[in-house]
Amino acid sequence: MTDLPLTKNIDMSRAPFDIGQYRQAQGYDAVLRMFKDMAPSDVLAMVKDSGLKGRGGAGFPTGLKWSFVPSQEDSPKTKYLVVNADEMEPGTFKDRLLLEGDPHLLLEGMLIAAYTIQANTAYIFLRGEYLQAEKLLRAAIAQAHEQGLLGKNIQGSGFDLEIILHTSAGRYICGEETALLNALEGKRANPRAKPPFPQVSGLWGKPTIVNNVETLCNLPGILRYGVDWYKGLGKGGDAGTKLCGVSGRVNNPGCWELALGTPIRELLENKAGGMCAGYELRGFLPGGGSTDFLLPEHLDLTLDYDVIGKAGSRLATGTMIVLDDRTCPVGMVGNLMRFFSHESCGWCTPCRDGLPWVDEIFRRLESGGGRAEDLQILTEHLEYLGPGRTFCALAPGAMAPLGSALRHFREDFDAHIHSGACPWRK
Amino acid sequence: MAKISVDGIEYEVNPANNLLQECLSQGLDLPYFCWHPCMGSVGACRQCAVKQYRNAEDKTGTVVMACMTPASDGSIISINDKQATDFRSHVIESLMISHPHDCPVCEEGGECHLQDMTQMSGHNYRRYDFKKVTHRNQDLGPFINHEMNRCIACYRCVRFYDDYAGGTDLAALGSHHHVYFGRHEEGTLENEFSGNLVEVCPTGVFTDKTFSAHYTRKWDLQTAPSICSGCGAGCNTTPGERYGTLRRIVNRYHHDLNGYFLCDRGRFGYDANNSRDRVGEALYRHAHTDGEPRKALSAIEGARQLDAMASGELIGIGSPRASLESNMALRQRVGPQNFFSGMGDAQLSCATEVISLLQEPGLNCPDIRSLELSDCVLVVNEDITNTSARMALALRQATRNAASAMAQDARIPLWQDAAVRELAQHSRSPLIILSPQGTRLDDVASDTFLGTVEQQIVFVQSVAHAIDANCPAPNCAPENGAQVTSVANALCAAKRPSIVSGLSAESLALIKATANLARALREYRHRHGAANPSVDLCFAMPEVNTMGLALLMKEGGGSLSSALSILRTGKADAAIVLENDLYRRASAEAVDAALASKTPLIVIDHLHNAFNAKAHLLLPAATMAEQGGTWVNYEARAQHSYQVFQPEGSTRAAYEWLVPNNPVRGPSVHGDALLQELAGESRSFAPLLELLSSRSGIAALMKSPRQSHRFSGRTAMHANVHVHETKQAQDPHSPLSFSMEGLLLQKDASLMSAAWAPAWNSNQAISKFQEEINGELKQGNKGVHLLARDGERGSYNKVEHAPEQGLAKYFIEHLFGSEEISAASPAIQARAVPAYACIGKGLAQSLGVHQHGLLRLCADRYSVELPVLIRDRIADQCVGIYCGGEVNRASLCGSVSIEAVAKDANVLASARAMFSHLVISDTLPREG
Amino acid sequence: MTISTIIASSAPRVQARTLSPQETHEIDHELTLYPDRRAVGLEALKIVQKHQGWVSDESLLAVAQYLGMSAHELDGVATFFNLIFRQPVGRNVMLFCDSVSCYIMGCERIKDHISARLGIDYGETTADGQYTLLPVPCLGDCDRAPVMLMAGEQHRNLTKEKIDALLTSVQQEQPNK
Ligand SMILES: Cc1cc2nc3c(=O)[nH]c(=O)nc-3n(C[C@H](O)[C@H](O)[C@H](O)COP(=O)(O)O)c2cc1C
Ligand code: SF4
Ligand code: FES
Repeated sequence: MTDLPLTKNIDMSRAPFDIGQYRQAQGYDAVLRMFKDMAPSDVLAMVKDSGLKGRGGAGFPTGLKWSFVPSQEDSPKTKYLVVNADEMEPGTFKDRLLLEGDPHLLLEGMLIAAYTIQANTAYIFLRGEYLQAEKLLRAAIAQAHEQGLLGKNIQGSGFDLEIILHTSAGRYICGEETALLNALEGKRANPRAKPPFPQVSGLWGKPTIVNNVETLCNLPGILRYGVDWYKGLGKGGDAGTKLCGVSGRVNNPGCWELALGTPIRELLENKAGGMCAGYELRGFLPGGGSTDFLLPEHLDLTLDYDVIGKAGSRLATGTMIVLDDRTCPVGMVGNLMRFFSHESCGWCTPCRDGLPWVDEIFRRLESGGGRAEDLQILTEHLEYLGPGRTFCALAPGAMAPLGSALRHFREDFDAHIHSGACPWRK
Repeated sequence: MAKISVDGIEYEVNPANNLLQECLSQGLDLPYFCWHPCMGSVGACRQCAVKQYRNAEDKTGTVVMACMTPASDGSIISINDKQATDFRSHVIESLMISHPHDCPVCEEGGECHLQDMTQMSGHNYRRYDFKKVTHRNQDLGPFINHEMNRCIACYRCVRFYDDYAGGTDLAALGSHHHVYFGRHEEGTLENEFSGNLVEVCPTGVFTDKTFSAHYTRKWDLQTAPSICSGCGAGCNTTPGERYGTLRRIVNRYHHDLNGYFLCDRGRFGYDANNSRDRVGEALYRHAHTDGEPRKALSAIEGARQLDAMASGELIGIGSPRASLESNMALRQRVGPQNFFSGMGDAQLSCATEVISLLQEPGLNCPDIRSLELSDCVLVVNEDITNTSARMALALRQATRNAASAMAQDARIPLWQDAAVRELAQHSRSPLIILSPQGTRLDDVASDTFLGTVEQQIVFVQSVAHAIDANCPAPNCAPENGAQVTSVANALCAAKRPSIVSGLSAESLALIKATANLARALREYRHRHGAANPSVDLCFAMPEVNTMGLALLMKEGGGSLSSALSILRTGKADAAIVLENDLYRRASAEAVDAALASKTPLIVIDHLHNAFNAKAHLLLPAATMAEQGGTWVNYEARAQHSYQVFQPEGSTRAAYEWLVPNNPVRGPSVHGDALLQELAGESRSFAPLLELLSSRSGIAALMKSPRQSHRFSGRTAMHANVHVHETKQAQDPHSPLSFSMEGLLLQKDASLMSAAWAPAWNSNQAISKFQEEINGELKQGNKGVHLLARDGERGSYNKVEHAPEQGLAKYFIEHLFGSEEISAASPAIQARAVPAYACIGKGLAQSLGVHQHGLLRLCADRYSVELPVLIRDRIADQCVGIYCGGEVNRASLCGSVSIEAVAKDANVLASARAMFSHLVISDTLPREG
Repeated sequence: MTISTIIASSAPRVQARTLSPQETHEIDHELTLYPDRRAVGLEALKIVQKHQGWVSDESLLAVAQYLGMSAHELDGVATFFNLIFRQPVGRNVMLFCDSVSCYIMGCERIKDHISARLGIDYGETTADGQYTLLPVPCLGDCDRAPVMLMAGEQHRNLTKEKIDALLTSVQQEQPNK
């Protein structure tokens, strides 16, 4: 038993485990046992019971999502599993750790997921810039093939699985699961309307499950050690562990596996070593670039989906970006706005045409030309680009740091306008 | 039916639709951009937001996109809710951040959906004060202007052009605020329906280039409901005129036929009206002074000259491109026994056969909308994209019925356009194409058979025999029995099979074999207890009134060849030829021999051509837009077109010239009297009375204006001629007036030319005139069907056909160039190619001819050298001939031999250039 | 089925180039992995870019023809993605992360330093064709910001000194002609 099921094999100072080493560490045991003893419905029940929630950002219960895949006699035979390894959310670097640190863990998780939904083809959608991960995954897939863990009739189970690695070419929107499917199909990566959900009509119109890398990496542990163990890992309301990262002006930026329910302070102060000398904490984005700012007063909250949600933000990817007192919050948010504006896919009006306006206003604020009306326009955009208003969640995500910054750092915005310059650039 | 509540008022709606469509159907104003009645919803523009409440207790509600929300029973929504209206005004504001606001110089101005929606959404003041994103425009060829800076990125253009019309050369490029809609490199938009971009684009990105050349604001155009003269489909159009020239054509919604879309021949072929080649005045020379120039006559002199010449033994030759009225007037003038078909003999016998099929019970002639509903289509020989393009667009939609069925199973609403496409992927309803060469529908075809006309006849007979053993088998078995079986199976499995063919092969045997197949299928369906055993069968007609003339010929009259032989033998004292170039109808030899008799020849036509150059009296005829007339389409549907404007000078509707002793002297001549007589005389034409009465009712009340209520400059438009305000032209016989006065039709579409409703200045105002979106027009005038299904039940025909002598051949049709009148439009000419021949690789090799080399085609007494196109997809051992305007088709009808001609470098170079803008389809569709 | 109409359009400005055997070999491999030819579009463009440095119109046409799809559709895909270069780029493309963590860690100063040394701004290529500088969204290395990806190598915790050293070493490895 371990309390670090995601990272127990990871040591970034050496190469990741090859298949031999991985199996020596009981890797793939869970899968072998699954093939022997479990029907897909058993696995599904187990994953449902475990309380595993998606780690891609939305935190949707994984078992529930899988259960929407039609499994009747007359439902389509072809189904797909797709791994979302597009990790492009600003400030997010957790999947990279898993991909580069323990590729076989992902493959094992994929085997479990694919078996459960009875998908015989799985695609890994990897962002194009993750070259090291690409190399490692290719090698791992080949090894798994050699050892009969992929391919036809895996280990005599009668179950077939091919894993295909697809590398992208840089577009944040490809992380949105339906845009990702369009990209995989070789189309422009605009998101699709939901419903129908991918579980019913996904890749090439077939039932498809899209899961985040980290989500899938939780599965081998759950199967191996059981639901109770998994639930026991979480210290609060949520089950399991979570990769949590910290970037910004801290002494020891990095990414660690923590039990859900761990206080944020422990992450920031113990793991990340606290703020660098001469820097004070002003606030932080708890789960990547599209979450709301939390303030120092929130440090004692626990890393829990609900807890963070109640505080007005989201745990999302769990990678926290720290704003210090020597960084201009307007500049920081402006940087995010430029990112979102540029990464808008161009499909729906509020996002395509609203974000460039927001971006222009930030440029003007930073250059000192900002006006009071600009803040009014920014505020209007919060609702205009809010949840449900746009075609996908990119734009509402962009509004999260903006809205919370306007709430928490209003005086900084005003200072830009009143002094006709960025106070940090003097 | 479901009940929904909109701002507290209950409406009965169709729950299968979305809220936007249903709100519009109820006549409510709700702005939108990306949604289109024919293309469904994609939820991109977000302009159609409304507030939806969960139940009566819910006071907060959620903002949803109406187009993406089903109109399910019990829905409670608000259009006027503050949050929703605020959101909509934000949407329009941000759509406009990079818009150039160039309405004063924009050709869309005044009929711009973006203008309308901007008003409707309440955007007045510009707050965005940063630099706009700008784009470079492309030259998209002779039809379409490109002004990307006006784009609001609604994605409608690509959704129409690529998804709906099957185009492949327009794409969304780039991303975020820089999305660009254009070609990957500058060049002509190749799709046959590109002109619809002008109407599909809600702003001025894609505008009509031919219109630009003589641009006029929509409100300054004089318009009237008209019919397209491009082919026999009968699409409804609205031509617009100003200062005596025809400025453009736009679509006029007809529920059963063209719906929202026209083909590019129909839209851009109008410029022939303004051609320098128009016959502008009466021209005369004495029959014995051939070779001398003709003298211009005034209208009255022309009419008198006609009276003087038209005496004694007269014969008249009618025309499939002239109105029923004009054909009837000619027939009356010369007497039925002296009235001859203006079509070639083979074409007439085909059309006559089709008429009997139109009356046969158990066969059904589908209108264009019904074609879209077919779940299995067999196309026999007709290259429908090039002969009746609008029907081809419908067949393309028909292949989507498999997708609709899958979506229904998966409970995905059909208006969820992208989702339905995604689900269905490459699943298509069967479309089987028999053709001598690859066609533009091959990309959606499930099965194609490349064969000569003869081989197709055998194939069709074999399929018929496979379906019903009582249907006689062909003399020889086809080589591909498996394909025969699979085609037979597909047809038998269909719920609503359609068989589509046409007259282009001018083969009676082909039509008979096709009819047998339809009968066999009908028997099969009968035997197998199909709910509706009848089978859809239709034949595309080449010209706007082919069917009308053929029907008239059934009442008596003679063939063209007999007319020519009467002329040749000098038995007639004079001949009157109506709107016809006989060189297009009969062999040059036969026409020349007929003319050699020097019988006085009177021709009434609108464009100069080689034939009427030989007329002794040539009288200028009005075009479609310059006259009112009645036209019968491929379904035998008679429709009326109204005069859009009065032509200048002596130009008259041909029937006005023809009514004896009464031409040009007043308004007493009018077509209705002719129609009335025709209706009284023949049972087939009796329904015309209904058509007539549907009009007289309106005329009796108050006229409807041809000019908009914003028409400008009326008092000054002739100031360069004289300063008195000119009297408006009178039009006593039509329900329309040549003025702004009259009863503006607000919701009643009985006489609708340009749809307009308060706040809706664009063509999308049409929804105010529909019973429901995409439905019937309110009081819409759909025309009348002339033939009832009361003929013989029809037993299997004996198909007689003699195998072709010599090399097998077929004639190629091109949308741009094959039709005589549109071919005179400069824009169409820019897309047309000169005559050429087409062969396959094998034949080319054995002849030793290379791509773009020269071939000599030799018929009995005719030979012609043509540049050659070597194609991949062409039946073995046969030659395709595209005649263009220059090759005499009838001369090549007999047996033909071909040989390579030594190539001349210059000829080669020009052939290469000419082929460079030919659009063909030549690779087999590839699975997956 | 895909639409594969061959259209001899109004004298196209460019002609497809011939794909190299290596390129077709790699594309053929990708084709085995997807049930639909067009799905390979992006991969094929990346393959061509790997070998040619960028995707010229000639290459784009070649790939489109090879996959039986229209060049217009393929260009729609090519221009959608950040990392398909439709214009020539330098031998070393510097993908410089300008996202939030790197911003906090002072990437702007590093970028200014690069620009000053090489005389190029974002989107530009040095006159000698050696470097192209492009901004790229978060490279997922935020704990080692600022970062940059160049020639397949991730360069982390960038400082002006590291940039200087890097430029010098490239200069030594690939002396300028
Ligand atoms: C704009 C946008 C970008 C996203 N990017 C990612 C991503 O890079 N990786 C990821 O796993 N999920 C991403 N998501 C979330 C996915 O849409 C999806 O919810 C997730 O892949 C589901 O996996 P899970 O249930 O395992 O979390 C993104 C969502 C949005 C709206
Ligand atoms: S919110 Fe709209 S434009 Fe933005 S990424 Fe999503 S679909 Fe594209
Ligand atoms: S019309 Fe509803 S989103 Fe465009």
